[in-house]
Amino acid sequence: MAELIKVGMADYKVGRNPDSLISYGLGSCVGIALFDSVAKVGGLAHIMLPDSTQARSAENIAKFADTALPAMLSDIIKLGASKSRITAKIAGGAQMFTFANATDIMRVGERNAEAVRLVLRKLEIRLLAEDTGGNYGRTVELKLDNGIFRVKTIDKGEKEL
Amino acid sequence: MSEDILKLSPLQLDALREIGNVGAGNAATALSQIINNKIDMTVPEVSILPLGEVPDVVGGPDAMVAGVYLRVFGLAPGSILFLLPRDSAFYLVDMLMGREQGETQLLNSMDESALMEIGNILAGAYLNALSHFTKLTLLPSIPALAVDMAGAILSVILSQLGQMGDHALVIETEFTTENDGVKGHFFLIPDPGSLSTILAAIGVKE
Repeated sequence: MAELIKVGMADYKVGRNPDSLISYGLGSCVGIALFDSVAKVGGLAHIMLPDSTQARSAENIAKFADTALPAMLSDIIKLGASKSRITAKIAGGAQMFTFANATDIMRVGERNAEAVRLVLRKLEIRLLAEDTGGNYGRTVELKLDNGIFRVKTIDKGEKEL
Repeated sequence: MSEDILKLSPLQLDALREIGNVGAGNAATALSQIINNKIDMTVPEVSILPLGEVPDVVGGPDAMVAGVYLRVFGLAPGSILFLLPRDSAFYLVDMLMGREQGETQLLNSMDESALMEIGNILAGAYLNALSHFTKLTLLPSIPALAVDMAGAILSVILSQLGQMGDHALVIETEFTTENDGVKGHFFLIPDPGSLSTILAAIGVKE
């Protein structure tokens, strides 16, 4: 039986075909899907913040782009993925509320997406597609049988990356 | 230091609950006068929750809600969030705009302004009580509105708290109108440094 594995805020999960990984209600957070299309294993991370070195508490490594990605990558490789075949798709990083003078705190979505792109480049993982920015929430689902990354919104439709 | 909210004493939690009670009581009175309807209010819950569990308070991260968000400025900065299930928000707009119940299905810009103004009034009432109680000057920012998934709306606040720790101190009250048409949740989430300021101001520092 294919299972639907839930990934909470500031968490990541890995799995294999025929399961799916889902994370609900991303706002400024970014959902990162990694997938090996041959081994059909992958992972989904729901990160909240760009950089663990800027935070006062960095115990939960799944919370930050710079620490969640390497950890999830190594877990996927343990499941049988080959590093050279792993590709990425990302979604989220919205700015939910607009104020006239947006401070850095309000722009956390944009900074999250930037940080994720940078970490992927450092890890030499190819970013195949992204759906980031805007001012609306997203629910994301990674299907581990074919690597399709589905992005659902409330009134901006549904996309497959 | 980072997770000092995990070390709050029962006395301190009681004091925070009382703040929530007075603040939300003021806000509920204001709302009741605006919509000319009796409002029931729960005793505030003061909870210390893992960040990822905060959206469960309002029905899970994919629940459809309207949220009015305000920053609190002054000596104890923080965030205020007034969250309503989307249906409740529509019902409230029906009442405010003098429409038939069930008529509002989508918010126009006038409706959005009306909801933001409600958030403004409630936050003002809440902060007045809190200022009076603590003798700290606290001022709300202009409000911002979003209608979306609860997880997405809450992420704005949770990511700020996430810099400091893995838990949120949430002072939350649920409102219900007499006829059950409008339900809402009122959240006060102090910024991490503000908590000790508030506790010191009301004399329960230790």
